[in-house]
Amino acid sequence: MELSNLDTLPNKTIVKHLGLVQGSTVRAKHAGKDLLAGLKNIVGGELKSYTELLNEARDEAIRRMVQQARATGANAVLNVRFSTSNIAAGAAEVMAYGTAVVVE
Amino acid sequence: MELIINLSIFLVLLGVGLFAGRAAEQRHFRELKQRELLLRGILVFSEKRPPQDRPFERSALVMGSVVIAEDYFKGTVAGLKSLFGGNLTTYESLLDRGRREAIVRMKQQARQLGASMVFNVKLETASLGSDGSGKSGIFSAEFIAYGTALIPPRAAVKLPDALTVAA
Repeated sequence: MELSNLDTLPNKTIVKHLGLVQGSTVRAKHAGKDLLAGLKNIVGGELKSYTELLNEARDEAIRRMVQQARATGANAVLNVRFSTSNIAAGAAEVMAYGTAVVVE
Repeated sequence: MELIINLSIFLVLLGVGLFAGRAAEQRHFRELKQRELLLRGILVFSEKRPPQDRPFERSALVMGSVVIAEDYFKGTVAGLKSLFGGNLTTYESLLDRGRREAIVRMKQQARQLGASMVFNVKLETASLGSDGSGKSGIFSAEFIAYGTALIPPRAAVKLPDALTVAA
């Protein structure tokens, strides 16, 4: 499965458009990690555990999107976009979406 | 008595935030400068259309992300300053830092794939808001940079800077 956020893939032509596919996941912060992050807030800086958490969540969202694309018979997803939203205190939704296509 | 204790805790936190936070930020900016210099060979565009006159073998989605939190001092200053409006300079440096870090991480991924350019780069910021406890309202934000790395045919791959320096 090829992913891209452009409209085309190099050296390939699109033969079929299969419509929008998306994947999303909602993750809560780990209580222990949250505690450490709370301490980190005094000095500021990168919250590595959250970076990791959201990266894992994004991988999961991509996996779900790819699964959906595969189910429709696509072999590439173009124009992929990501979005993160804070839906409740301590929980974030990560979403990935794009257009499933068949390329040759 | 209680007031004095509370006040001194506040001042200690403020001091730690001011000195440790500022030192960490300056270190981060120095590091960023170095890494940006190392990765300058990878060109980044917000354009969607890659140049037609260059051969590319394949493309891949690359991304970088980072979550950055303010320190106690920044938060307090911003809180006070927002009463009067104007530039919240303490946050400006925070956001600048986060965005540059995300771009650097994206470029690192692109370099690992042997890419020379990244197209249609999107930058996104999501506020993660205060922590669950809700008492402090400390601000942290996630920065994402993503785009499509275009990988030239193998023969045309330019040596990464590190190798050129060693040679």
